[in-house]
Amino acid sequence: MSFVDLQDARLVYGGGGGTLAIENASLSIARGEFVAIVGPSGCGKSTILKMVSGLLPPTSGLVAVEGQRVLQPRKDCGIAFQNPTLLPWRTTLSNILLSVEIAEEHAKKYRRDKQPYLDAARDLLATVGLLGFEDRFPWQLSGGMQQRASLCRALIHQPQLLLLDEPFAALDAFTREELWQVLQSLYDKHRFTVILVTHDLREAVFLADKIYIMSKRPGRIVNETKVDMKRPRTLEDCFAPHFVDMVHDLRARIGRELEAA
Amino acid sequence: MSGAPQTSDPNIGAPAAPASVARNFERVLPWAAVVGMFVVWEIVCIVFDMPPFVLPRPTVIATTLVKLWTPIMRHTMYTLWTTLIGFGLAIVFGVALGIVVGAWRVVYNGLYPVLIGFNSIPKVALVPVLVMWVGFGPIPAVLTAFSISFFPIVVNVATGIATMEPEMRDVLRALGAKKHQILLKVGLPRSLPYFFASLKVSVTLAFVGSVIAETVTGNRGVGYLMVDASSRFDGPVVFAGLLVLSFMGVGLYLVFAEIERRTTGWAHRGQDSA
Repeated sequence: MSFVDLQDARLVYGGGGGTLAIENASLSIARGEFVAIVGPSGCGKSTILKMVSGLLPPTSGLVAVEGQRVLQPRKDCGIAFQNPTLLPWRTTLSNILLSVEIAEEHAKKYRRDKQPYLDAARDLLATVGLLGFEDRFPWQLSGGMQQRASLCRALIHQPQLLLLDEPFAALDAFTREELWQVLQSLYDKHRFTVILVTHDLREAVFLADKIYIMSKRPGRIVNETKVDMKRPRTLEDCFAPHFVDMVHDLRARIGRELEAA
Repeated sequence: MSGAPQTSDPNIGAPAAPASVARNFERVLPWAAVVGMFVVWEIVCIVFDMPPFVLPRPTVIATTLVKLWTPIMRHTMYTLWTTLIGFGLAIVFGVALGIVVGAWRVVYNGLYPVLIGFNSIPKVALVPVLVMWVGFGPIPAVLTAFSISFFPIVVNVATGIATMEPEMRDVLRALGAKKHQILLKVGLPRSLPYFFASLKVSVTLAFVGSVIAETVTGNRGVGYLMVDASSRFDGPVVFAGLLVLSFMGVGLYLVFAEIERRTTGWAHRGQDSA
Protein backbone atom coordinates (compact mmCIF):
# COMPACT_ATOMS: atom_id res chain seq x y z
CA MET A 1 0.00 0.00 0.00
CA SER A 2 1.47 3.31 -1.00
CA PHE A 3 2.00 6.22 1.34
CA VAL A 4 1.13 9.05 -1.03
CA ASP A 5 -1.45 8.52 -3.77
CA LEU A 6 -2.66 10.77 -6.54
CA GLN A 7 -5.36 9.41 -8.83
CA ASP A 8 -6.43 11.53 -11.78
CA ALA A 9 -5.90 14.64 -9.70
CA ARG A 10 -6.90 17.71 -11.60
CA LEU A 11 -6.50 21.31 -10.52
CA VAL A 12 -8.02 24.43 -11.96
CA TYR A 13 -6.82 27.77 -10.59
CA GLY A 14 -9.37 30.53 -10.16
CA GLY A 15 -12.67 28.62 -10.30
CA GLY A 16 -14.81 27.76 -13.33
CA GLY A 17 -13.15 29.42 -16.29
CA GLY A 18 -9.71 29.45 -14.63
CA THR A 19 -6.38 28.05 -15.74
CA LEU A 20 -5.98 24.31 -15.87
CA ALA A 21 -2.76 23.69 -13.98
CA ILE A 22 -2.74 19.94 -13.41
CA GLU A 23 -4.51 17.40 -15.54
CA ASN A 24 -5.06 13.78 -14.54
CA ALA A 25 -1.93 13.45 -12.48
CA SER A 26 -1.47 10.00 -11.00
CA LEU A 27 1.42 8.82 -8.93
CA SER A 28 2.10 6.63 -5.98
CA ILE A 29 4.91 6.88 -3.50
CA ALA A 30 5.86 4.24 -0.96
CA ARG A 31 6.68 5.06 2.65
CA GLY A 32 10.29 6.08 2.97
CA GLU A 33 10.72 6.56 -0.75
CA PHE A 34 12.63 9.52 -2.19
CA VAL A 35 10.81 10.82 -5.24
CA ALA A 36 11.78 13.64 -7.57
CA ILE A 37 9.44 15.46 -9.91
CA VAL A 38 11.10 17.16 -12.86
CA GLY A 39 9.68 19.05 -15.79
CA PRO A 40 9.75 22.28 -17.74
CA SER A 41 9.19 25.47 -15.76
CA GLY A 42 5.59 26.45 -15.14
CA CYS A 43 4.32 22.90 -15.54
CA GLY A 44 2.75 22.79 -12.10
CA LYS A 45 5.40 20.86 -10.19
CA SER A 46 4.92 23.02 -7.11
CA THR A 47 1.16 22.63 -7.40
CA ILE A 48 1.57 18.88 -6.87
CA LEU A 49 3.34 19.62 -3.57
CA LYS A 50 0.57 21.95 -2.53
CA MET A 51 -2.02 19.29 -3.27
CA VAL A 52 -0.14 16.62 -1.32
CA SER A 53 0.30 18.90 1.71
CA GLY A 54 -3.38 19.85 1.56
CA LEU A 55 -2.65 23.56 1.08
CA LEU A 56 -4.53 23.39 -2.21
CA PRO A 57 -7.29 20.80 -2.57
CA PRO A 58 -7.64 19.26 -6.06
CA THR A 59 -10.57 20.39 -8.20
CA SER A 60 -11.34 16.75 -8.95
CA GLY A 61 -9.67 13.39 -8.50
CA LEU A 62 -8.11 11.95 -5.41
CA VAL A 63 -5.16 12.97 -3.25
CA ALA A 64 -4.50 10.63 -0.36
CA VAL A 65 -1.76 10.27 2.22
CA GLU A 66 -1.59 7.18 4.43
CA GLY A 67 -4.80 5.98 2.79
CA GLN A 68 -6.67 9.07 3.95
CA ARG A 69 -8.08 11.63 1.61
CA VAL A 70 -6.34 15.00 2.01
CA LEU A 71 -8.96 17.72 2.38
CA GLN A 72 -7.14 20.27 4.52
CA PRO A 73 -3.54 21.05 5.50
CA ARG A 74 -2.06 17.88 6.96
CA LYS A 75 -0.25 19.32 10.00
CA ASP A 76 2.71 16.98 9.79
CA CYS A 77 4.45 17.94 6.58
CA GLY A 78 7.84 19.57 6.50
CA ILE A 79 8.24 22.05 3.69
CA ALA A 80 11.25 23.92 2.36
CA PHE A 81 11.27 26.33 -0.54
CA GLN A 82 13.89 27.93 -2.74
CA ASN A 83 13.54 30.97 -0.51
CA PRO A 84 14.67 29.89 3.00
CA THR A 85 12.08 32.24 4.63
CA LEU A 86 13.78 32.33 8.01
CA LEU A 87 12.43 34.96 10.38
CA PRO A 88 15.06 37.71 10.72
CA TRP A 89 14.20 38.47 14.35
CA ARG A 90 14.82 34.90 15.46
CA THR A 91 18.15 33.14 15.90
CA THR A 92 18.88 30.02 13.88
CA LEU A 93 17.91 27.77 16.79
CA SER A 94 14.70 29.62 17.49
CA ASN A 95 13.82 29.64 13.77
CA ILE A 96 14.11 25.87 13.75
CA LEU A 97 12.00 25.53 16.89
CA LEU A 98 9.22 27.57 15.26
CA SER A 99 7.87 24.34 13.80
CA VAL A 100 7.36 22.70 17.20
CA GLU A 101 5.80 25.87 18.59
CA ILE A 102 3.12 25.52 15.91
CA ALA A 103 2.64 21.79 15.29
CA GLU A 104 -0.22 20.75 17.54
CA GLU A 105 1.26 17.44 18.47
CA HIS A 106 4.46 19.06 19.77
CA ALA A 107 3.41 22.51 20.97
CA LYS A 108 2.27 21.38 24.43
CA LYS A 109 5.15 19.03 24.99
CA TYR A 110 7.56 21.76 23.91
CA ARG A 111 6.08 24.25 26.36
CA ARG A 112 6.35 21.76 29.18
CA ASP A 113 9.87 20.54 28.45
CA LYS A 114 12.05 22.28 25.91
CA GLN A 115 15.17 20.19 26.45
CA PRO A 116 14.39 17.21 24.18
CA TYR A 117 13.60 19.61 21.36
CA LEU A 118 16.75 21.64 21.93
CA ASP A 119 18.72 18.40 21.77
CA ALA A 120 16.93 17.33 18.60
CA ALA A 121 17.57 20.72 17.02
CA ARG A 122 21.28 20.56 17.90
CA ASP A 123 21.42 17.05 16.51
CA LEU A 124 19.94 18.23 13.21
CA LEU A 125 22.25 21.23 13.13
CA ALA A 126 25.20 18.90 13.59
CA THR A 127 24.06 16.74 10.68
CA VAL A 128 23.76 19.72 8.35
CA GLY A 129 27.03 21.21 9.58
CA LEU A 130 25.64 24.25 11.37
CA LEU A 131 26.71 23.46 14.91
CA GLY A 132 28.04 26.63 16.54
CA PHE A 133 25.68 28.85 14.57
CA GLU A 134 22.65 28.37 16.87
CA ASP A 135 22.65 31.93 18.11
CA ARG A 136 23.38 33.64 14.82
CA PHE A 137 20.64 35.53 13.06
CA PRO A 138 19.65 34.45 9.54
CA TRP A 139 21.16 37.55 7.97
CA GLN A 140 24.49 36.61 9.47
CA LEU A 141 24.42 33.32 7.54
CA SER A 142 25.27 32.66 3.89
CA GLY A 143 22.58 31.51 1.46
CA GLY A 144 23.66 27.89 1.76
CA MET A 145 23.67 28.05 5.56
CA GLN A 146 20.20 29.58 5.56
CA GLN A 147 18.97 26.75 3.38
CA ARG A 148 20.50 24.22 5.80
CA ALA A 149 18.62 25.90 8.66
CA SER A 150 15.45 25.85 6.59
CA LEU A 151 15.86 22.08 6.14
CA CYS A 152 16.25 21.67 9.89
CA ARG A 153 13.08 23.67 10.46
CA ALA A 154 11.26 21.37 8.05
CA LEU A 155 12.46 18.31 9.98
CA ILE A 156 12.50 19.19 13.67
CA HIS A 157 8.95 17.95 14.24
CA GLN A 158 9.87 14.56 12.68
CA PRO A 159 7.45 14.79 9.77
CA GLN A 160 6.45 11.69 7.85
CA LEU A 161 6.61 13.65 4.66
CA LEU A 162 9.20 16.16 3.50
CA LEU A 163 8.19 18.38 0.60
CA LEU A 164 10.98 20.27 -1.14
CA ASP A 165 10.25 22.89 -3.75
CA GLU A 166 13.48 23.58 -5.65
CA PRO A 167 15.29 24.09 -2.35
CA PHE A 168 18.76 24.40 -3.87
CA ALA A 169 17.92 26.33 -7.03
CA ALA A 170 19.28 29.64 -5.78
CA LEU A 171 22.63 28.29 -4.60
CA ASP A 172 25.93 28.14 -6.44
CA ALA A 173 26.95 24.80 -7.95
CA PHE A 174 29.40 23.79 -5.21
CA THR A 175 27.09 24.65 -2.33
CA ARG A 176 24.29 22.86 -4.11
CA GLU A 177 26.29 19.64 -4.42
CA GLU A 178 27.29 19.92 -0.78
CA LEU A 179 23.65 20.22 0.21
CA TRP A 180 22.70 17.19 -1.88
CA GLN A 181 24.99 15.22 0.40
CA VAL A 182 23.57 16.91 3.50
CA LEU A 183 20.04 16.02 2.41
CA GLN A 184 21.12 12.47 1.63
CA SER A 185 22.61 11.98 5.07
CA LEU A 186 19.49 13.40 6.70
CA TYR A 187 17.44 11.00 4.63
CA ASP A 188 19.64 8.04 5.51
CA LYS A 189 19.32 8.88 9.17
CA HIS A 190 15.58 9.55 9.41
CA ARG A 191 14.04 7.76 6.40
CA PHE A 192 11.14 10.13 5.93
CA THR A 193 9.28 10.15 2.61
CA VAL A 194 10.50 12.91 0.30
CA ILE A 195 8.99 14.61 -2.71
CA LEU A 196 11.57 16.85 -4.32
CA VAL A 197 10.54 19.24 -7.06
CA THR A 198 13.47 20.36 -9.18
CA HIS A 199 14.53 21.25 -12.68
CA ASP A 200 18.08 20.07 -12.07
CA LEU A 201 18.24 16.57 -13.59
CA ARG A 202 21.56 15.71 -11.96
CA GLU A 203 20.07 16.63 -8.62
CA ALA A 204 17.09 14.35 -9.29
CA VAL A 205 19.25 11.39 -10.26
CA PHE A 206 21.68 11.94 -7.39
CA LEU A 207 18.99 12.02 -4.72
CA ALA A 208 15.89 10.14 -5.84
CA ASP A 209 14.77 6.52 -5.96
CA LYS A 210 12.15 7.36 -8.54
CA ILE A 211 11.77 10.28 -10.94
CA TYR A 212 8.52 11.51 -12.42
CA ILE A 213 8.58 13.68 -15.53
CA MET A 214 5.81 16.20 -15.99
CA SER A 215 4.58 17.64 -19.25
CA LYS A 216 4.18 21.29 -20.08
CA ARG A 217 1.10 23.05 -18.70
CA PRO A 218 -1.43 21.65 -18.12
CA GLY A 219 0.84 19.32 -16.19
CA ARG A 220 0.49 15.59 -16.50
CA ILE A 221 2.80 12.87 -15.26
CA VAL A 222 4.20 11.46 -18.49
CA ASN A 223 7.00 9.21 -17.33
CA GLU A 224 8.30 7.30 -14.37
CA THR A 225 11.96 6.28 -14.07
CA LYS A 226 13.55 4.21 -11.32
CA VAL A 227 17.04 5.11 -10.23
CA ASP A 228 18.82 1.90 -9.34
CA MET A 229 21.94 3.19 -7.66
CA LYS A 230 23.01 2.11 -4.20
CA ARG A 231 23.22 4.58 -1.35
CA PRO A 232 25.02 6.50 -0.07
CA ARG A 233 25.82 8.05 -3.41
CA THR A 234 28.94 10.15 -3.73
CA LEU A 235 29.77 13.09 -5.94
CA GLU A 236 32.18 10.75 -7.71
CA ASP A 237 29.13 8.77 -8.88
CA CYS A 238 27.94 11.80 -10.83
CA PHE A 239 30.68 11.08 -13.36
CA ALA A 240 30.00 7.36 -13.71
CA PRO A 241 28.73 6.39 -17.19
CA HIS A 242 25.54 4.95 -15.72
CA PHE A 243 24.71 8.26 -14.03
CA VAL A 244 25.52 10.34 -17.09
CA ASP A 245 23.41 8.07 -19.30
CA MET A 246 20.48 8.43 -16.99
CA VAL A 247 20.68 12.22 -16.97
CA HIS A 248 21.03 12.17 -20.73
CA ASP A 249 18.00 9.94 -21.12
CA LEU A 250 15.88 12.18 -18.86
CA ARG A 251 16.96 15.23 -20.81
CA ALA A 252 15.93 13.58 -24.08
CA ARG A 253 12.51 12.68 -22.72
CA ILE A 254 11.88 16.23 -21.48
CA GLY A 255 13.07 17.55 -24.82
CA ARG A 256 10.53 15.37 -26.61
CA GLU A 257 7.88 16.54 -24.18
CA LEU A 258 8.64 20.18 -24.98
CA GLU A 259 8.53 19.53 -28.73
CA ALA A 260 5.35 17.49 -28.57
CA ALA A 261 3.28 20.39 -27.31
CA MET B 1 30.95 51.82 19.87
CA SER B 2 31.82 55.47 20.11
CA GLY B 3 34.60 56.67 17.89
CA ALA B 4 37.08 57.96 20.45
CA PRO B 5 38.55 54.75 21.96
CA GLN B 6 39.36 53.28 18.57
CA THR B 7 42.64 55.16 18.32
CA SER B 8 43.86 53.57 21.57
CA ASP B 9 44.53 50.33 19.69
CA PRO B 10 48.16 50.66 18.57
CA ASN B 11 47.70 48.34 15.60
CA ILE B 12 44.97 50.29 13.91
CA GLY B 13 45.81 53.66 15.47
CA ALA B 14 47.91 55.12 12.70
CA PRO B 15 46.01 54.09 9.58
CA ALA B 16 42.62 54.59 11.25
CA ALA B 17 43.31 58.17 12.26
CA PRO B 18 42.12 59.90 9.07
CA ALA B 19 38.98 57.73 9.03
CA SER B 20 38.15 58.60 12.65
CA VAL B 21 38.73 62.29 11.96
CA ALA B 22 36.28 62.02 9.09
CA ARG B 23 33.82 60.22 11.33
CA ASN B 24 34.12 62.84 14.06
CA PHE B 25 33.62 65.53 11.47
CA GLU B 26 30.47 63.76 10.32
CA ARG B 27 29.20 63.62 13.88
CA VAL B 28 29.82 67.30 14.51
CA LEU B 29 28.32 68.38 11.20
CA PRO B 30 24.62 68.46 12.18
CA TRP B 31 25.38 70.55 15.28
CA ALA B 32 27.57 72.87 13.26
CA ALA B 33 24.71 73.28 10.78
CA VAL B 34 22.30 74.27 13.57
CA VAL B 35 24.73 76.74 15.13
CA GLY B 36 25.66 78.06 11.68
CA MET B 37 22.01 78.64 10.81
CA PHE B 38 21.49 80.75 13.94
CA VAL B 39 24.70 82.70 13.34
CA VAL B 40 23.75 83.51 9.74
CA TRP B 41 20.25 84.44 10.91
CA GLU B 42 21.70 86.83 13.53
CA ILE B 43 24.07 88.41 11.01
CA VAL B 44 21.34 88.85 8.37
CA CYS B 45 19.09 90.56 10.94
CA ILE B 46 21.85 92.94 11.97
CA VAL B 47 23.12 93.67 8.45
CA PHE B 48 19.68 94.31 6.94
CA ASP B 49 18.38 95.90 10.12
CA MET B 50 15.27 93.67 10.27
CA PRO B 51 12.37 94.95 12.38
CA PRO B 52 11.68 92.37 15.13
CA PHE B 53 8.07 91.76 14.04
CA VAL B 54 9.33 90.57 10.63
CA LEU B 55 12.32 88.53 11.76
CA PRO B 56 13.64 88.90 15.29
CA ARG B 57 17.28 88.09 16.03
CA PRO B 58 17.92 84.66 17.63
CA THR B 59 19.46 86.35 20.67
CA VAL B 60 16.28 88.39 21.11
CA ILE B 61 14.17 85.24 20.81
CA ALA B 62 16.36 83.53 23.38
CA THR B 63 16.00 86.46 25.78
CA THR B 64 12.22 86.35 25.30
CA LEU B 65 12.21 82.62 25.98
CA VAL B 66 14.05 83.14 29.26
CA LYS B 67 11.97 86.14 30.29
CA LEU B 68 8.61 84.50 29.56
CA TRP B 69 9.77 80.97 30.48
CA THR B 70 6.90 80.17 32.87
CA PRO B 71 3.94 81.17 30.67
CA ILE B 72 5.55 79.69 27.56
CA MET B 73 6.17 76.41 29.38
CA ARG B 74 2.58 76.36 30.59
CA HIS B 75 1.36 76.60 26.99
CA THR B 76 4.00 74.10 25.87
CA MET B 77 2.99 71.47 28.40
CA TYR B 78 -0.62 71.94 27.40
CA THR B 79 0.21 71.38 23.73
CA LEU B 80 2.43 68.44 24.60
CA TRP B 81 -0.38 66.74 26.54
CA THR B 82 -3.07 67.24 23.91
CA THR B 83 -0.63 65.98 21.28
CA LEU B 84 0.36 62.90 23.25
CA ILE B 85 -3.22 61.99 24.15
CA GLY B 86 -4.27 62.29 20.50
CA PHE B 87 -1.19 60.35 19.45
CA GLY B 88 -1.85 57.65 22.05
CA LEU B 89 -5.39 57.22 20.76
CA ALA B 90 -4.03 57.03 17.22
CA ILE B 91 -1.64 54.25 18.27
CA VAL B 92 -4.37 52.22 19.98
CA PHE B 93 -6.94 52.50 17.20
CA GLY B 94 -4.38 52.59 14.39
CA VAL B 95 -2.74 49.34 15.47
CA ALA B 96 -6.11 47.64 15.96
CA LEU B 97 -7.43 48.69 12.58
CA GLY B 98 -4.06 48.03 10.93
CA ILE B 99 -4.09 44.42 12.14
CA VAL B 100 -7.64 43.86 10.92
CA VAL B 101 -6.98 45.49 7.55
CA GLY B 102 -3.66 43.69 7.11
CA ALA B 103 -4.85 40.23 8.12
CA TRP B 104 -8.13 40.06 6.22
CA ARG B 105 -7.97 40.74 2.51
CA VAL B 106 -11.74 41.35 2.39
CA VAL B 107 -11.48 44.14 4.95
CA TYR B 108 -8.49 45.53 3.12
CA ASN B 109 -10.33 45.74 -0.19
CA GLY B 110 -13.50 47.05 1.39
CA LEU B 111 -12.05 49.63 3.71
CA TYR B 112 -9.11 51.00 1.77
CA PRO B 113 -11.01 53.50 -0.41
CA VAL B 114 -12.80 54.84 2.67
CA LEU B 115 -9.52 55.26 4.50
CA ILE B 116 -7.91 57.04 1.55
CA GLY B 117 -10.92 59.33 1.27
CA PHE B 118 -10.81 60.08 4.97
CA ASN B 119 -7.11 60.79 4.88
CA SER B 120 -7.33 63.16 1.93
CA ILE B 121 -9.52 65.57 3.91
CA PRO B 122 -7.33 68.46 5.05
CA LYS B 123 -7.44 68.07 8.81
CA VAL B 124 -7.72 71.80 9.40
CA ALA B 125 -11.13 71.52 7.76
CA LEU B 126 -12.18 69.14 10.53
CA VAL B 127 -11.60 71.68 13.28
CA PRO B 128 -14.80 73.72 12.69
CA VAL B 129 -16.77 70.49 12.63
CA LEU B 130 -15.19 69.36 15.89
CA VAL B 131 -15.89 72.73 17.49
CA MET B 132 -19.51 72.37 16.46
CA TRP B 133 -19.67 68.92 18.05
CA VAL B 134 -17.63 69.27 21.22
CA GLY B 135 -17.07 73.00 21.65
CA PHE B 136 -13.79 74.67 22.62
CA GLY B 137 -11.13 73.37 24.98
CA PRO B 138 -8.63 70.56 24.59
CA ILE B 139 -10.86 68.02 22.87
CA PRO B 140 -10.75 69.46 19.32
CA ALA B 141 -6.95 69.57 19.56
CA VAL B 142 -6.77 65.98 20.80
CA LEU B 143 -9.10 64.78 18.05
CA THR B 144 -7.27 66.68 15.32
CA ALA B 145 -3.95 65.25 16.49
CA PHE B 146 -5.55 61.82 16.53
CA SER B 147 -7.09 62.09 13.05
CA ILE B 148 -3.91 63.34 11.42
CA SER B 149 -1.57 60.75 12.98
CA PHE B 150 -3.93 57.79 12.76
CA PHE B 151 -3.64 57.00 9.06
CA PRO B 152 0.12 56.39 8.71
CA ILE B 153 -0.05 53.93 11.61
CA VAL B 154 -2.92 51.97 10.05
CA VAL B 155 -1.27 51.82 6.64
CA ASN B 156 2.12 50.77 7.97
CA VAL B 157 0.88 48.08 10.34
CA ALA B 158 -1.40 46.72 7.60
CA THR B 159 1.44 46.74 5.05
CA GLY B 160 3.76 44.91 7.42
CA ILE B 161 1.24 42.13 7.93
CA ALA B 162 -0.04 41.91 4.36
CA THR B 163 3.40 41.66 2.76
CA MET B 164 4.27 38.40 4.52
CA GLU B 165 5.96 35.97 2.12
CA PRO B 166 3.44 33.41 0.82
CA GLU B 167 6.07 30.68 1.33
CA MET B 168 6.30 31.53 5.02
CA ARG B 169 2.54 31.24 5.30
CA ASP B 170 2.64 27.88 3.50
CA VAL B 171 5.34 26.53 5.81
CA LEU B 172 3.21 27.37 8.84
CA ARG B 173 -0.09 26.26 7.34
CA ALA B 174 1.44 22.91 6.44
CA LEU B 175 2.14 22.51 10.16
CA GLY B 176 -1.54 23.11 10.87
CA ALA B 177 -1.12 26.71 12.03
CA LYS B 178 -4.29 28.69 12.68
CA LYS B 179 -4.70 32.19 11.33
CA HIS B 180 -4.09 33.79 14.72
CA GLN B 181 -0.89 31.78 15.16
CA ILE B 182 0.49 32.99 11.85
CA LEU B 183 -0.45 36.52 12.84
CA LEU B 184 1.19 36.21 16.24
CA LYS B 185 4.39 34.42 15.19
CA VAL B 186 5.06 36.17 11.90
CA GLY B 187 2.61 38.96 11.00
CA LEU B 188 2.93 41.10 14.11
CA PRO B 189 6.71 40.86 14.61
CA ARG B 190 7.31 41.58 10.95
CA SER B 191 5.04 44.64 11.06
CA LEU B 192 6.97 46.14 14.01
CA PRO B 193 9.60 47.98 11.93
CA TYR B 194 6.81 49.43 9.80
CA PHE B 195 4.96 50.40 12.97
CA PHE B 196 7.92 52.21 14.48
CA ALA B 197 8.73 53.94 11.23
CA SER B 198 5.15 55.21 11.20
CA LEU B 199 5.43 56.40 14.82
CA LYS B 200 8.29 58.72 13.94
CA VAL B 201 6.22 60.25 11.18
CA SER B 202 2.99 60.25 13.15
CA VAL B 203 4.29 61.94 16.27
CA THR B 204 5.40 64.98 14.28
CA LEU B 205 2.09 64.97 12.42
CA ALA B 206 0.23 64.85 15.73
CA PHE B 207 1.94 68.12 16.65
CA VAL B 208 0.76 69.65 13.42
CA GLY B 209 -2.77 68.55 14.29
CA SER B 210 -2.93 69.90 17.81
CA VAL B 211 -1.24 73.20 16.91
CA ILE B 212 -3.58 73.71 13.96
CA ALA B 213 -6.56 73.16 16.26
CA GLU B 214 -5.13 75.55 18.83
CA THR B 215 -4.63 78.29 16.29
CA VAL B 216 -8.27 78.00 15.21
CA THR B 217 -10.15 77.31 18.44
CA GLY B 218 -7.81 77.42 21.37
CA ASN B 219 -7.43 79.64 24.34
CA ARG B 220 -4.36 77.78 25.50
CA GLY B 221 -1.39 76.00 23.95
CA VAL B 222 1.54 77.08 21.82
CA GLY B 223 -0.66 77.51 18.74
CA TYR B 224 -2.88 79.94 20.64
CA LEU B 225 0.16 81.71 22.10
CA MET B 226 1.54 82.32 18.62
CA VAL B 227 -1.73 83.53 17.09
CA ASP B 228 -2.27 85.81 20.05
CA ALA B 229 1.28 87.21 19.82
CA SER B 230 1.12 87.71 16.06
CA SER B 231 -2.09 89.75 16.43
CA ARG B 232 0.00 92.07 18.64
CA PHE B 233 2.92 91.99 16.14
CA ASP B 234 5.04 90.48 18.92
CA GLY B 235 7.59 88.80 16.62
CA PRO B 236 9.94 87.46 19.33
CA VAL B 237 7.12 85.59 21.09
CA VAL B 238 5.84 84.11 17.79
CA PHE B 239 9.30 82.86 16.97
CA ALA B 240 9.85 81.63 20.53
CA GLY B 241 6.73 79.50 20.02
CA LEU B 242 8.10 78.17 16.73
CA LEU B 243 11.38 77.30 18.37
CA VAL B 244 9.72 75.48 21.25
CA LEU B 245 7.56 73.52 18.79
CA SER B 246 10.52 72.42 16.75
CA PHE B 247 12.40 71.36 19.89
CA MET B 248 9.44 69.30 21.03
CA GLY B 249 9.07 67.76 17.58
CA VAL B 250 12.73 66.80 17.39
CA GLY B 251 12.66 65.50 20.97
CA LEU B 252 9.71 63.20 20.40
CA TYR B 253 11.13 62.05 17.07
CA LEU B 254 14.37 61.09 18.83
CA VAL B 255 12.50 59.22 21.56
CA PHE B 256 10.69 57.07 19.02
CA ALA B 257 13.74 56.62 16.82
CA GLU B 258 15.57 55.27 19.88
CA ILE B 259 12.71 52.91 20.76
CA GLU B 260 12.77 51.70 17.17
CA ARG B 261 16.50 51.12 17.25
CA ARG B 262 16.29 49.09 20.45
CA THR B 263 13.32 46.93 19.51
CA THR B 264 13.77 46.22 15.83
CA GLY B 265 17.52 46.32 15.29
CA TRP B 266 17.22 43.20 13.11
CA ALA B 267 15.41 45.22 10.48
CA HIS B 268 18.23 47.77 10.20
CA ARG B 269 21.12 45.35 10.16
CA GLY B 270 24.43 46.24 8.68
CA GLN B 271 24.02 49.99 8.93
CA ASP B 272 25.99 50.55 12.10
CA SER B 273 28.20 47.49 11.93
CA ALA B 274 30.63 49.12 9.49
